[in-house]
Amino acid sequence: MGDIRYDVAIVGAGPAGLSAAIVLAKAGVKVIVIERGRFPGSKNVMGGVFYTDCMKGVVDDFPGKAPVERHIVEQRMWLIDDESYVGFTHKNAKFDNQPYNCHTVFRAQFDKWLAQQATGAGALIINQTVVTEPIMEGDKVVGIRTDRPEGDIMADCVIAADGVNSFIAKSLGFRSNLKKNAVALGVKEIIGLDEKVINDRFNVSGSQGVTIEMTGSLFEGAEAMAFLYTNKKSVSLGVGMIIEDMIEHNINPNELMESLKAHPAISPLIEGGETKEYLAHMIPEGGYNEMPRLFGDGVMIAGDAAMMVNAVHREGSNLAITSGKLAAQTYLEAAEKGDFSADTLSVYADKLQESFVMKDLKKYKELPKLLQKNRHLLDKYPKLINDAAFELLKVDGISKQAKQRSIWKNMKQQIGFTRMLKDLYKIWRTVG
Amino acid sequence: MIDLSKKDPDISHYKDIWVFIEQTDGKPAQVSFELLTKARELAAQRGCSVAAVAVGKSVSHLAEKVFKYGAERFYIIEDEIFADYRTEPYRDALCELVIKYKPEVFLVGATTQGRDLSGTVATALRTGLTADTTGQEIDPKTGYLWMTRPTFGGSLMATIYCPKHRPQMSTVRPGVFKAVEIENPKAGEIIREKVDFTEDQIVKKILKKVVSDEGTVNLGFYDVIVAGGKGMGSKENFAMIKELADLLGGTWAGSRMAVQLGYVPQSRQVGQTGQTVHPKLYIACGISGAIQHLVGMQTSDTIIAINTDPEAPIFDVSSYCIVEDAVKFLPKLIEKLKNTQRFGG
Amino acid sequence: MHILVFVKQVPDASQVRVNYETGTLIREGVPAILNPFEEHAVEEAVRLKDEHGGKVTVLTMGPPQASEALKQCLARGADKAYLLSDRIFAGSDTLATSYALYEGARKIIELEGDVDLFFAGKQAIDGDTAQTGPGIATRFDLPLVTYLIKINEINLEEKYVVATRLTEFGQETVKVPIPVFFTVEESLNVLSHSPLPYLIKAEKAKIELLSGENVNLDKQQCGLKHSPTMVKKAFTPEKRQRGATLSGTLDEVADQIASKIAPFLKKVS
Ligand SMILES: Cc1cc2nc3c(=O)[nH]c(=O)nc-3n(C[C@H](O)[C@H](O)[C@H](O)COP(=O)(O)OP(=O)(O)OC[C@H]3O[C@@H](n4cnc5c(N)ncnc54)[C@H](O)[C@@H]3O)c2cc1C
Ligand SMILES: Cc1cc2nc3c(=O)[nH]c(=O)nc-3n(C[C@H](O)[C@H](O)[C@H](O)COP(=O)(O)OP(=O)(O)OC[C@H]3O[C@@H](n4cnc5c(N)ncnc54)[C@H](O)[C@@H]3O)c2cc1C
Ligand SMILES: Nc1ncnc2c1ncn2[C@@H]1O[C@H](COP(=O)(O)O)[C@@H](O)[C@H]1O
Repeated sequence: MGDIRYDVAIVGAGPAGLSAAIVLAKAGVKVIVIERGRFPGSKNVMGGVFYTDCMKGVVDDFPGKAPVERHIVEQRMWLIDDESYVGFTHKNAKFDNQPYNCHTVFRAQFDKWLAQQATGAGALIINQTVVTEPIMEGDKVVGIRTDRPEGDIMADCVIAADGVNSFIAKSLGFRSNLKKNAVALGVKEIIGLDEKVINDRFNVSGSQGVTIEMTGSLFEGAEAMAFLYTNKKSVSLGVGMIIEDMIEHNINPNELMESLKAHPAISPLIEGGETKEYLAHMIPEGGYNEMPRLFGDGVMIAGDAAMMVNAVHREGSNLAITSGKLAAQTYLEAAEKGDFSADTLSVYADKLQESFVMKDLKKYKELPKLLQKNRHLLDKYPKLINDAAFELLKVDGISKQAKQRSIWKNMKQQIGFTRMLKDLYKIWRTVG
Repeated sequence: MIDLSKKDPDISHYKDIWVFIEQTDGKPAQVSFELLTKARELAAQRGCSVAAVAVGKSVSHLAEKVFKYGAERFYIIEDEIFADYRTEPYRDALCELVIKYKPEVFLVGATTQGRDLSGTVATALRTGLTADTTGQEIDPKTGYLWMTRPTFGGSLMATIYCPKHRPQMSTVRPGVFKAVEIENPKAGEIIREKVDFTEDQIVKKILKKVVSDEGTVNLGFYDVIVAGGKGMGSKENFAMIKELADLLGGTWAGSRMAVQLGYVPQSRQVGQTGQTVHPKLYIACGISGAIQHLVGMQTSDTIIAINTDPEAPIFDVSSYCIVEDAVKFLPKLIEKLKNTQRFGG
Repeated sequence: MHILVFVKQVPDASQVRVNYETGTLIREGVPAILNPFEEHAVEEAVRLKDEHGGKVTVLTMGPPQASEALKQCLARGADKAYLLSDRIFAGSDTLATSYALYEGARKIIELEGDVDLFFAGKQAIDGDTAQTGPGIATRFDLPLVTYLIKINEINLEEKYVVATRLTEFGQETVKVPIPVFFTVEESLNVLSHSPLPYLIKAEKAKIELLSGENVNLDKQQCGLKHSPTMVKKAFTPEKRQRGATLSGTLDEVADQIASKIAPFLKKVS
């Protein structure tokens, strides 16, 4: 059999690869997507929050018939301590207006649906096939090699959308192995509950849903981030920790999950539920500073493969969708010129700079470092703030003024006044 | 093939319970006697009689044993062309008997031969067949046979019946029922039939028969299976597995991991992609109990598991849980058993 | 040489769980797969085709989703795939299934030419009945070779096949004329990694649809209503309870177990 030739070869049928495939196929480009799983989403069993806006230009009538769970009307943010939390809640009737801001989704179903959109548009998706290396001509990527006999695919342009561990970005020398302090290990569980129980416990009705994002010291003072999302008949509960910290604190993901489930703020929400699925997964948390080179001769990198994860807001799939879309648009422009050199493809980086993707990633770019260098921010503040709230709210005959004084004293003792000022300034500069 | 137009469509004309007596080179399969025993019980409820049927080169010598286990009649077709089991002539012979004598129920052992034969006989007779059953009962109201069988690797049981077609056929797993002789056996009636086809009309020829267990083991044949997994640590350690199996008159097997590590040949793999077994005793040594393994053995009568991990899922289906190093435990067990064997306990 | 393989899509039995409260199977979220035995049947058919020339056709009876299983066969190298799908077949037992597949196969012979070798799996992992293959063979009045583990020889001039099958006590090698019907064991071959062009072809291939209207059916033999066997009830076996954990020294535990299993000891002669 002769050469297999496509205009574009995409590695990975996740949100990034599939959105690129949809945009390209709709424009009549001959595109092939290679996926190593049994089907798109087969390696992504769990649920998450998916933002609607990024689907503009990919699937315009989203959600339409897409398999979504609940639309989110209330978001809770909690600073947690071993046995307490201080929270901020935002519920807004505007979140009940269509198009909904975001939905919870099950990735296995969602990715499958997205793949159907791609095939419907004319893209070809090949499953159960692993891309083993880029095919090079000098410095130029001219195709991909797969693990199958007669498995070479030649293409004008390759889009690497192969997820966190992006083998392609690594083998091109665009990035090095993930640093232990730039990757978190996430564990997730789907806990089945009655629809009515969820509606009652979270005070919602119909397809309304709630998310809770948590950060703080969950387990022996070790910094963790966690979330709870409501699905139709289950909640997704997840917790993540930077791998380096796990090693340092000698914690395994199971223990982390168990202590989250036992947390007094969480356990009543999941009581009586039955764990249906369990999954561990790596999340790149390095943000902007860990991003690899995004393009080269005949190649672009999109989604998690390019470390496009916003660790603060736990967004990822929307960045993946957007970057896939922009890579596709870049290809279309390059195809008009008939030139796929790094020079031409550099437009991709420009487009990303202009989009929210880079703006957001840049905005938070120092955060991971800040947190790493200043362990006390998450080690001590959550505890102090929780203690403070407790002191203030406890009625025990001590005047509020005296209480405030003692809290303040405690804080100064624990952290130091100038240090506190500096921290506030730093956080404001990084996040504000 | 048989002429279906000769088959009586009136199901009320069918009566009695038949058991197929399976034999190889004249040696009967034990399951046949298990079925005769069960058939007696069913016949008592139904108020009918039990008959045995055998086809072969020479099967008359089985008569005495067949009557001992409760058959009242023994239908025999003997001919040189039945020397080796072959699907087509066996089918045609049995179908002719069924068409002529109209049994209401026809039971066959769920062995390799029985499964091969029953599928084609049932289709030729255009009647229902319930495969691989583990339970048989007569519905007191209708007199129909209720046949119960596991599906989905034993996760679900289904009770099946066949109201409008005769005979009601099923294959029954070996070892499910006990073979018990009757108190005062009487010689029953022997009915001989002939077939009117000859060797040159049979297209299938057997060129070679190899009796061996190399590469081809029917694990379902054994009452005791001792299986090892990755936890056995080495191929050498499987010597203990084999020794224990041998002491217990059983055979040895393994998990897929053990197969992949080269400890056990694929032909001895138990599980979803191996064989499904249901022995009286299954001993799992160093096997974690992944679902793909469990579906192949969880219907065993007694399960004993030896595993260093007290949380291993194999324990969830085990009758006796032993949290020990199998490599240390097995020699001890073997030693004790040998003593018992020698000194009677 | 024309080879026809009967394939079935089945729920992955290992992922089916039981709801002990309702006594039903939880099939939700259980992936449908190609019955493992048929992977080997298609593999063998494609190898024989590569060696002797000809073509491989696959046929399944099932709901529209079953075309996924057919695609897998095409990706393994089958040339053409037929889906026999019609509400009239719903609820068929093995006798009715073998009838539907027999008529489907006859249609394929009409469209694609005579078949030399028929293949089916030893059994389907959902029902475990192992009856459908023998049933189809009987309806065609073909010689049946079950538990196939090896094709030793194919002679297309003299029109015979020499093949080896498993028996209760070992193996036997048989010689049968073509056309012949096989049901296959997994040990028949080791699955190969299909070439990429096969996968691409499979994704692009059109599945040929057959409905009850296209094939020459006697409706009196189809579906639940005309199946001789009926399901009276389905129930879950009693959940196995975790048994006792034996405690004591290694010696003591070995003693306890030895006495438990002593009745199985082989008699010394
Ligand atoms: C615990 C957790 C919770 C999250 N929650 C959210 C959330 O709520 N909301 C949100 O927006 N985001 C969330 N994210 C992030 C989001 O999942 C990712 O950002 C998003 O999936 C990235 O998409 P992608 O297409 O870049 O990569 P992926 O989805 O990882 O897809 C890559 C694909 O490439 C395939 N592949 C890899 N290598 C090869 C190869 N060599 N050959 C062939 N195929 C290959 C893989 O099988 C995979 O299908 C979460 C992540 C985690 C881990
Ligand atoms: C599609 C598919 C089909 C499959 N089909 C099958 C199948 O048919 N059959 C099958 O078996 N598997 C099958 N598997 C594989 C199955 O999932 C498991 O991987 C396999 O059963 C594990 O084998 P194991 O228990 O030997 O090894 P492991 O899971 O590695 O378990 C080893 C066990 O030994 C214990 N152990 C370690 N050392 C000792 C010691 N000294 N003494 C005692 N215990 C010790 C450990 O605690 C552990 O529990 C299939 C998988 C897939 C995906
Ligand atoms: N619906 C079907 N469509 C095609 N082939 C089937 C179907 N059902 C069973 N078969 C074939 O018959 C074999 C035995 O199936 P079963 O009798 O259900 O155990 C399977 O391995 C298939 O090859």
